[in-house]
Amino acid sequence: MQKIKPFDHLILILGTLFLCLPVFMALMSSTHTAIDIHSNGLFLTPGDNAGPTYTKVLTARGGFTGDVTGLRMLMNSMIMGIGFAVGKIVLSMMAAYALVYFRFRFATVIFWAIFTTLLLPLEVRIMPSYQVMSTLGLLNTYTGLIVPLLASATGTFFFRQFFKSVPDELLEAARIDGAGPVKFFIDILVPLSRTMMAAIFIIMFIYGWNQYLWPLLMTTDETFYTLMRGIKSILQVWVGSQIPDYNEAFALAVLAMVPPVAVVVIFQRMFIKGLTESDK
Amino acid sequence: MAHLSLTSVGKTYAGGVDAVRDVNIEIADGEFIVLVGPSGCGKSTLLRMVAGLESVTHGDVRIGDRVVNRLEPADRDIAMVFQNYALYPHMNVRDNMAYGLKNRGETKSVIAERVAEASRMLELDPYLDRKPRALSGGQRQRVAMGRAIVRQPAAFLFDEPLSNLDAKLRVSMRGEIRRLQRRLGTTSLYVTHDQLEAMTLADRLVVLNGGRVEQIGAPLEVYHKPASVFVASFIGSPAMNLIDARVEAGRVLVGSHDIAPAATDAGPVTLGLRPEDLSLASTGLPVAVEHVEELGAQRIIHGEVAGQPIAIADSSASELGETVHVAATPGKIHLFARDTGRRIDLAAAATGLAHAV
Ligand SMILES: Nc1ncnc2c1ncn2[C@@H]1O[C@H](COP(=O)(O)OP(=O)(O)OP(=O)(O)O)[C@@H](O)[C@H]1O
Ligand SMILES: [Mg+2]
Repeated sequence: MQKIKPFDHLILILGTLFLCLPVFMALMSSTHTAIDIHSNGLFLTPGDNAGPTYTKVLTARGGFTGDVTGLRMLMNSMIMGIGFAVGKIVLSMMAAYALVYFRFRFATVIFWAIFTTLLLPLEVRIMPSYQVMSTLGLLNTYTGLIVPLLASATGTFFFRQFFKSVPDELLEAARIDGAGPVKFFIDILVPLSRTMMAAIFIIMFIYGWNQYLWPLLMTTDETFYTLMRGIKSILQVWVGSQIPDYNEAFALAVLAMVPPVAVVVIFQRMFIKGLTESDK
Repeated sequence: MAHLSLTSVGKTYAGGVDAVRDVNIEIADGEFIVLVGPSGCGKSTLLRMVAGLESVTHGDVRIGDRVVNRLEPADRDIAMVFQNYALYPHMNVRDNMAYGLKNRGETKSVIAERVAEASRMLELDPYLDRKPRALSGGQRQRVAMGRAIVRQPAAFLFDEPLSNLDAKLRVSMRGEIRRLQRRLGTTSLYVTHDQLEAMTLADRLVVLNGGRVEQIGAPLEVYHKPASVFVASFIGSPAMNLIDARVEAGRVLVGSHDIAPAATDAGPVTLGLRPEDLSLASTGLPVAVEHVEELGAQRIIHGEVAGQPIAIADSSASELGETVHVAATPGKIHLFARDTGRRIDLAAAATGLAHAV
């Protein structure tokens, strides 16, 4: 064992505080009233307004049309996050399966073509994508929100590398055991990829959850509002002498943090379990 | 259960590599055939063509009476055991064995019965609910065999199934495989590069070299009558001594030393002498001793004769000088044509000798 060095610990503690304090501050501030925050600044102590704030944030109808609640936004964000994660996993697994296990011409070229798109961020192709969706009449739909972003170079790349590491004999044994391409995929590859799937799920869920620009473009109907847009719109009421509802913005921010944290905690456990359990 | 037949089977890989050329083998029902040869000689390729994992470029592979060239592996009624076991890591032992049967649509009761039978035979009962990673190498190999057995195939194919195991376990697994195969009476094709494994397991050996069959025969036949220099040097340990010699007037000569009578045409030959067929004598071929390997029960004397290396397996305990004289056991010498490397039949020579005495 190494000797415990107080100085090292000090640095660790400071680092932890540095990262956690803002979150804690947001949580605490969300339990005070907007006026309180406006006049006294941020809080590190709990206030007494938690109940009304969170109830209001979750259930009160807001927005211009007045029919979007926090719950609705939470649901939309959930749909985005899960839709992205699941869709990307399914699609990129199948793409990687085709690339690795089927011998077709130009497979390498196709792979590198997919791979180079990794370098292009969404923003580069956001206008053409919007154009396509608008022509297809898919604005203001979940399909339009999710499907255009499902193709995932990252996911395809990771699954391809993983499939390549699966020993050939496993495929051969499965062929002798009478498993065709579909059976092999479902019975052998999918269960073996659990760890990879968990990892990609975490990344993609958070990617989908945090989408801001894309839903902003794709949806004008407020029933498609996500939490990210909700937070923004609360702070936008900076007109006249109106005080923005800081407490509500903080409450939404706290709410917006809970599902990603939950996903990381749940899947990380699976992830670590998968890592230590699997041996090929 | 079925006989297997390979008719002028050949394999040319995409790069133009002729991995297997013109192989003809008839395998009787229930026979245990071992394919043996050095690394890269095409053993795995041949086996995989029978399994259907590699396409057949020339000739026909028959299992039973069907030509199976174009059939999927699963439809060939074979089972294969791989060197690295190739167990499904996410399935427990029971499911690993049952998977092929499930895919064939066997009923639950049939599957349960066959798995139970195989696991009893292989003493796998305590491990049925474990995942492969929780098993030792030997146990994994038994599961792999169990997976083959439950299918009750026409033939077992083994590709170096024991080479990942330690020496001791290999010997006991070898015995187990042989017993199991006898008991089930299933035709088997077994690939190994270990000539000892080949000798002990096989009903018949197929010695491959560079994609061609060098010799097919029972282990002892191959040992006593190697068909070529290659087989002679490959089968037997320590390896047979191969010495440049010549035949003159019906005698084999090494340098100026007369070894044995040989009723064959005069000219250069390769003389094959197994170390265990040589013994120390007071007169005979002089060998300059270089070093001695003590093995306990016997010792291997390495030396040089007429500028060529030679090894003698000696079980006497006599003192060794700088030079020893060795004699070959009569009738235990092998002659090979120098140019083709093929065996020269000495049966005639033996009868000639008998007449002379
Ligand atoms: N997919 C392939 N493409 C091209 N050549 C191949 C391929 N597979 C094997 N070969 C070649 O075919 C020859 C025979 O290979 P094979 O694997 O059958 O040898 P082996 O006798 O099983 O050797 P080992 O004892 O090392 O396993 C080798 O020269 C090898 O390089
Ligand atoms: Mg091989």
